[in-house]
Amino acid sequence: MVVISGPSGLGNSPMATNKEKGLSIINIDKRFAEVKALTDVTLDIHEGEFFTLLGPSGCGKTTLLRIIAGLELADTGQVLLGGRDITSLPATKRQVNTVFQSYALFPHLNIFENVAFGLRSRKVAQQDVESRVNRRLEMLGLEEMADRYPHQLSGGQQQRVALARALVNEPEVLLLDEPMSALDARLRAQVQVELRRLQRKLGQTFILVTHDQSEALVVSDRIAVMNQGRIIQFGTPKEVYEQPRNQFVAEFLGAANLIEGHRTNGGINTDIGFLHLSSSPAWDKGTVAIRPERIRISDSPPDKNGIKARIREAIYRGTNIDLWLEPGPLRVRSPALRNFEAGEEVWLELPVEGLVILDE
Amino acid sequence: MLWLMVFLVLPGLVLIVVSFASRGAYGQLEWEFTIENYQRLAGFSLFGWTADYIIIVFRSVWVAFVTTAVSVILSYPLCFFICTRAERSRYFWLTLVIIPFWTNMVIRTYAWFLILAPELPLAKLASYVGLIPADAPLYPNAFAVYLGMVSMFLPFVTLPLYSSVERLDWALVEAAQDLYASRVRVFMQAILPQTLPGLSVGVILTFVPAMGMFVVPDLLGGAKYMLVGNLIQQQFGASRDWPFGAAISMGLMILTMISLQLYRRRGKEIKFV
Repeated sequence: MVVISGPSGLGNSPMATNKEKGLSIINIDKRFAEVKALTDVTLDIHEGEFFTLLGPSGCGKTTLLRIIAGLELADTGQVLLGGRDITSLPATKRQVNTVFQSYALFPHLNIFENVAFGLRSRKVAQQDVESRVNRRLEMLGLEEMADRYPHQLSGGQQQRVALARALVNEPEVLLLDEPMSALDARLRAQVQVELRRLQRKLGQTFILVTHDQSEALVVSDRIAVMNQGRIIQFGTPKEVYEQPRNQFVAEFLGAANLIEGHRTNGGINTDIGFLHLSSSPAWDKGTVAIRPERIRISDSPPDKNGIKARIREAIYRGTNIDLWLEPGPLRVRSPALRNFEAGEEVWLELPVEGLVILDE
Repeated sequence: MLWLMVFLVLPGLVLIVVSFASRGAYGQLEWEFTIENYQRLAGFSLFGWTADYIIIVFRSVWVAFVTTAVSVILSYPLCFFICTRAERSRYFWLTLVIIPFWTNMVIRTYAWFLILAPELPLAKLASYVGLIPADAPLYPNAFAVYLGMVSMFLPFVTLPLYSSVERLDWALVEAAQDLYASRVRVFMQAILPQTLPGLSVGVILTFVPAMGMFVVPDLLGGAKYMLVGNLIQQQFGASRDWPFGAAISMGLMILTMISLQLYRRRGKEIKFV
């Protein structure tokens, strides 16, 4: 499990990060015919951090990754790598390597030659090629596979070959385009943790593109949430999960109860009653969000922000119970310590610190 | 199988038998078996040894090889051009590739006479540069033969190659670029292996018939540009020497099979740089 500390989220990274040597994306715009793929995207990715571009399909995250890789050129804006302008440099000249979604292994080359591809392109001496390739194969547990061909490998093994093939070139930035989407759920969870460890060990900059919010939370130092070609919010996993800026981020990163209300003194008036807030919202009419696991259930009325609710549906999930309640409907996630029956009446507490005021 | 027996194996066997027969005084077949026809093909005659026939055979191989090579070199950009058009206009371009098939081969070859005629820009340009005398047509010569051959066989390479290029996995091309590959290396490692199936079909469909082609070299090459196809046609036609014609046909068939075998083996061995 990842432990996040500090507002920057970089505190537990073993390598000191260096902003100057990182990757800067400045005011990037990209249009495909009539479709605007990216609008004014600006990002600073620090050296040695695991950065994730998270968003639904078609949000422009892959386009941004391809612009960083040099497989696509931005219409306007700049890409700086270690302070150097690489905006119009073609992919072949960038010290950036990609793990493709389909892995894109060369089917006619064996695993060794696949991994050696980039080094051979650069005409590295044979003995260096051998030692560097073998070291990467060993690191990723592929040394037995060197003579095999891609189609003889499992999906997970192919993914590691793709990783080795990119890493052997010692890129300044490693790009990962939804590398886990082809793996089954169990393997994916394992690979996420492995990828995280690998990145920590190497201290290299990784940029991951994914639409899987839990994957983003597990692996990342920082996450940029994207929608419709724009960056909506970026920050540590803890920040974006616990302090979503708007409805989109709140709902995209896990479940959220969205409650509309009008501002009054010390809180808001809503359909389910008056709610105290930690600070006064900037709007008159707007929305607050609370995660299902932040709502507490009790048998007696709490001091603050208590609501009497009736259980409509209780779903046992092993580690917890998901409850749907009236009024609302409110969604509550509770530890599976006691039984809940549909129709049962309980008191809910919406703690002030769990309520997030969303931008309007 | 029956189809193969009736239309390939049986005629083949007849051809073998005829190639060992001899020609009568009036061109009729006589069933006196001899290997004389093959000796003649190898260049041995009453007047000693001559390389004439062997030169013709190897010239045919060379013309077929060049025709195939040029067709392949032209087909790649053409296929990529068509594949990168919008879906609708792709059919338009493909139709343009196919349209020549709507016209008879002989008529198409005669069309080159017009295009290469002395009054037209191509011949004028060539005479202006000094390649041919003024007011001369651009035929008959080797250039006209290659022009005719390539235009004849280009669709046979383009169409099968197109089917491969259309299904190309561009991620491999991007992966190669991402891994610093030069343009040549991108082609050799990411494009060629993927398009090899279509390319093989195209090469065989072109090389084999090009070896036996006689209409184009006959019309555009003139008497000096004799190919094995013309030679065979001559034996079965004007010379009325079926046994010798059959022997040359056998020689051509064996040569074609050897070429195909070499091609297949090379295809398996090939280690792309």
